[in-house]
Amino acid sequence: MRKIKEFIIEKLILLCGVASIIFVVLILLFLLNEGLSLFKDIGPYEFVSGKKWYPISEPPQLGILPLICGSLLVTLGAAIISIPIGVACAVYIAEVAPSWIKDILKAGIELLAAIPSVVLGFIGMVTLSPLIKSVFNLPTGLTALSGSIMLAFMAMPTIVSIAEDALYAVPKSYKEGAFALGATHWQTIWRVILPAASPGILAAVMLGIGRVIGETMAVMMITGNAAKIPDGFLQPVRTLTATIAAEMGEAVVGSEHYFALFAIGLILFIISFIINLTADLFLHRKERR
Amino acid sequence: MVKFDVRNLSVRFGAFNALKGITIRVNANEILAIIGPSNSGKTTFLRTLNRMNELERAAIMSGTVELDGTPINAISAEALRKRVGMVFALPLPLPLSIFDNAAYGIRMHGGKSKQAVREAVEKALKQAYIWDEVKDRLGESAFKLSGGQQQRLCIARTLAVEPEVILFDEPCSGLDPISTAAIEEAMLKLKSVYTIVLVTNNVKQAARVGDRTAFFLMGDMVEIDKTDKIFTAPSDKRTGDYIMGKFG
Ligand SMILES: Nc1ncnc2c1ncn2[C@@H]1O[C@H](COP(=O)(O)OP(=O)(O)O)[C@@H](O)[C@H]1O
Ligand SMILES: [Mg+2]
Repeated sequence: MRKIKEFIIEKLILLCGVASIIFVVLILLFLLNEGLSLFKDIGPYEFVSGKKWYPISEPPQLGILPLICGSLLVTLGAAIISIPIGVACAVYIAEVAPSWIKDILKAGIELLAAIPSVVLGFIGMVTLSPLIKSVFNLPTGLTALSGSIMLAFMAMPTIVSIAEDALYAVPKSYKEGAFALGATHWQTIWRVILPAASPGILAAVMLGIGRVIGETMAVMMITGNAAKIPDGFLQPVRTLTATIAAEMGEAVVGSEHYFALFAIGLILFIISFIINLTADLFLHRKERR
Repeated sequence: MVKFDVRNLSVRFGAFNALKGITIRVNANEILAIIGPSNSGKTTFLRTLNRMNELERAAIMSGTVELDGTPINAISAEALRKRVGMVFALPLPLPLSIFDNAAYGIRMHGGKSKQAVREAVEKALKQAYIWDEVKDRLGESAFKLSGGQQQRLCIARTLAVEPEVILFDEPCSGLDPISTAAIEEAMLKLKSVYTIVLVTNNVKQAARVGDRTAFFLMGDMVEIDKTDKIFTAPSDKRTGDYIMGKFG
């Protein structure tokens, strides 16, 4: 009886595992199928480097360079803001803070992670963008900068918590070795602990950035959605993700526009694949050394 | 000349008394060996001398420790640790090259030219009896060295800072006899310049290199005397029993 139960449970788990792999493969196939259909009509190079995105004009102009630039700009800004602050925060929590401050900070960061991105986007829309509008004296506060700041808030919890784990994982012996040589606490952090934790910190950064690239709702609400190649952080931009989310509902199934949105999905997939791959390569190179 | 003057030193970890009123003088240019079964407070004693115990939040210390007549609490922890180096039981190279490991302390304290750093590293590696084995592979990762070599590298790293006192905490516990012999030889040479406190779980090692030997038991110092005397005619029966291997 017992044996049969074990057997059934085992097979069920196997089934779940196999099913999840199959789903992923099916999704990828669907994406490939729909996305690649576009390239019967326009060349991939033209698609990626085209400067105009007018999907409903006649004939539609489907160039996603502005969208790629928008995504890159917003992501870059978010990275510039969130990486230093996130890593510094992790160092503070792991190495410096007395335990009661540590508890408060960790609770705060968990809370930040738990806020749905729509809510963050909404808060940003009503507080952050008016602020940016008045500080920089702009016609609109819905800019790449607003998006970057908002996304930095979203990347931060991931970066802080994973970087913190990486810092805790540094063997205590490294620290003691440095202290025993007369290093100050700061020297120990800077010259021993951070370098030793760097693979983990890099992974934290990659995962944080990964979250930022895939983020949709908040950026759609706050970046202004102008499909134009931006020449600075203070202009409205539109990202790849926001484009899919905003236009999928109105695109006619089977039209070029429809296929183009899938092709954008494919591009996003490739971008995140490359990010993961580089992170992986980097981590392994560190390991081998 | 007295280097370290320790009077009535007690250390508690929470409610647990790890050291119960230890009074010891460490003379300059001697090797003071400390023996005793595990958990008798030997490591705790060493870590008080360079204020490493302060890194443990639970540790509470009382009594006085003076280095050259100055209470160690009157010296900054960093300056003290520069003067009082420590070598741990397990070799702890940092994830760096051999050269960078040896140069680590000097570079951190700064103020030396590249050339001076190179000279100091070479001198330290020679003093630690490892120069010949690594001189052609200074750029390789320190983790590629054997355990015994790593430990000698750690000794070199400590020597390079040019401390006055070196605390060894069971430095040979995981090493083969040949590495152990090399380290003991290094210690005997070094004592002309440095003061050495050697905690060892190997009674014979204390007999080989110690000028004086102290016997610790459960947080008390049972006895301290010339090494010959401890090993031939200890005044406390427990010392004799421990040396004979009756417990521990
Ligand atoms: N950080 C600490 N917290 C609590 N107890 C400790 C700590 N360090 C050492 N002890 C206790 O103090 C006693 C003496 O330890 P130690 O000095 O390491 O002994 P030894 O080096 O002679 O083996 C042990 O019982 C140990 O459990
Ligand atoms: Mg010990």
